[in-house]
Amino acid sequence: MNIIVCLKQVPDTESQIKIGSDGVSIVTDDIKWVMNPYDEFGVEEALKLKEKFGGEVTVVGLGPKRVTESIRTALAMGADKGVLVTDDALEGSDALATAKAIAAAIKDLEYDVIFTGQRGVDDDQGLVGAAVAELLDIPQLSLITKVEVAEDGNTVKVERPIEGETLVIESSLPALITAQKGLNEPRYASLPGIMKAKKKPLEEKSLGDLGLDASEFGADARKLKILELTPPPAREAGKIVEGETPQEKAAELAKLLHEEAKVL
Amino acid sequence: MDFSLSMEQEILRNSVRDFAENEIKPVARELDEKETFSYDTMRKMAALGLFGMFVSEKYGGQGMDYISYAIATEEIARVDGSHAATVAAGNSLGIGPLYYFGSEEQKQKYLPKLCSGEALWGFGLTEPDAGSDASNSKTTAVLDGDQWVINGSKIFITNASTKLTSGVTSLCRTGTREDGRPELSCILVEAGTPGFEAREMHGKLMWRASNTSELYFDDCRVPDENMLGPRGNGFHQMMQTLDGGRLSIGAMGLGGAQGCYDLALKYSRERTQFGKPISNFQVNAFKLADMALEIECARLILYKACWLRDQQKPFGKEAAMAKLHCSEVMYRCANHAVQLHGGYGLMKEYDVERFYRDQKLLEIGEGTSEVQRIVISRLIGAL
Repeated sequence: MNIIVCLKQVPDTESQIKIGSDGVSIVTDDIKWVMNPYDEFGVEEALKLKEKFGGEVTVVGLGPKRVTESIRTALAMGADKGVLVTDDALEGSDALATAKAIAAAIKDLEYDVIFTGQRGVDDDQGLVGAAVAELLDIPQLSLITKVEVAEDGNTVKVERPIEGETLVIESSLPALITAQKGLNEPRYASLPGIMKAKKKPLEEKSLGDLGLDASEFGADARKLKILELTPPPAREAGKIVEGETPQEKAAELAKLLHEEAKVL
Repeated sequence: MDFSLSMEQEILRNSVRDFAENEIKPVARELDEKETFSYDTMRKMAALGLFGMFVSEKYGGQGMDYISYAIATEEIARVDGSHAATVAAGNSLGIGPLYYFGSEEQKQKYLPKLCSGEALWGFGLTEPDAGSDASNSKTTAVLDGDQWVINGSKIFITNASTKLTSGVTSLCRTGTREDGRPELSCILVEAGTPGFEAREMHGKLMWRASNTSELYFDDCRVPDENMLGPRGNGFHQMMQTLDGGRLSIGAMGLGGAQGCYDLALKYSRERTQFGKPISNFQVNAFKLADMALEIECARLILYKACWLRDQQKPFGKEAAMAKLHCSEVMYRCANHAVQLHGGYGLMKEYDVERFYRDQKLLEIGEGTSEVQRIVISRLIGAL
């Protein structure tokens, strides 16, 4: 079974985000870049499938050279090889252009399953997975928390949580699955794994290598433009529910949830 | 000159940091309080590959360089001193002497299980009456036919009485040299050998979740082939082991200092007094600035010492400097961190309290700060 994992590098969620002087981008100087946490779930699930069915796990990343470190991290976790789509012309591309480049990098590879994170934790758009599936003309199974590939490797049964219920979906393979939190606990890159990863192949591809026209990529080709970035509003102080007894407090809480928060 | 780490070293740091934050931090306080060595976290550290870091793959090690070893130790120490002690002692003191001085048979026999972390090994140097004066070892070994008969005791030996411990390296007097001074040799004693007992020590101020032992040898007989390297080389072997060990103690000081600083910076930005975060008061901001500065300098001297070792250049002076400086930097950082936490810093609920205690060992173990100053003084030609 051959599995592809798409990987994005994002600012560490612990990073302090500052908005740049242009008002539409963030200051990247002091940012620590990490593998998108949802993509880590994808890597882990791919490795589990490989352990069960054999085959190869290929990690496909896109972005500047620094993304190599995240691909090598996936290789250290146990993936077999990496592809980095990197080209100056990609800088500032929107989700659709990104998906086009990734789909072009994947289309000639052999695959049964493709994993992407359900969204990147930076832009929070959740578009690339769906667009890649569309461009490759394969089914997309989104926000998945459980993956069960049939013994014969031809179909997959997945679970998606919806409003307290679970939707069980079956699909033919190949298919693209977007990983949701709860799918698994990603393993750590072990020390022996890190040493082995040094020798694993990692190929770089430019837009030209993929037969793509550079004018369709980058900031100028964006269909979706960012007009303004603003920091989230400062969190307001919490409210302490008053009451003499637990019963009184519970009644007061229910009343507040109903009348003030309007969630009940 | 290039100050950047390799990509593997960066990945290693991220991975060990995540591991320490997720697997060690949540249990560290309770293990400290109960003074318990955790077999669960030991198993997880072993699975990550934290043992045998600088040992060749041939014996089951990871074949990494000393900078990588320092980084991994640093990242564990950033979260907890006890676990870092288990790793540092396991690698430098347990595995080190066997790897550097053992015969091929001894390496094949012991290293694979020590490198996989299925087993631990103790380093028996210190005795009740031989601390800084380590060559004054009173433990004796007398050759009887093809067996050494060992009598004596050792104290403060890390990792020597866990359920996983498969043996210890013990420094013994094996005779008298031609110049009249004692002949000292290292002898390997396997756990379970009759006449050998390792007893866990309790009541420690610090490193309470690491395993510390007293060793007793009472007519303990081991075969002649358990001699480590040539007879009479024991003291030299022990001192060479400590040169390497100092790098890992330095890494513990550096990581601990970083841990103190990270906690202090976070707390100081959140804690409000007189209507603003306490980090906005210059008196506090300067403490944090000093900590950041000292940590940066400590990291430079430690990594340089590791780099010298990796380049097979003399590193003894820099190792002593790194051990001395990193442990003293952690002393100052722990002190500032508790001060910045105010009353809360005195409570076990806050990790800086544990860092404050754990720090003290670093100025005492593997050669006191005073001994490091003697080593440096001799190496610069002052003594």
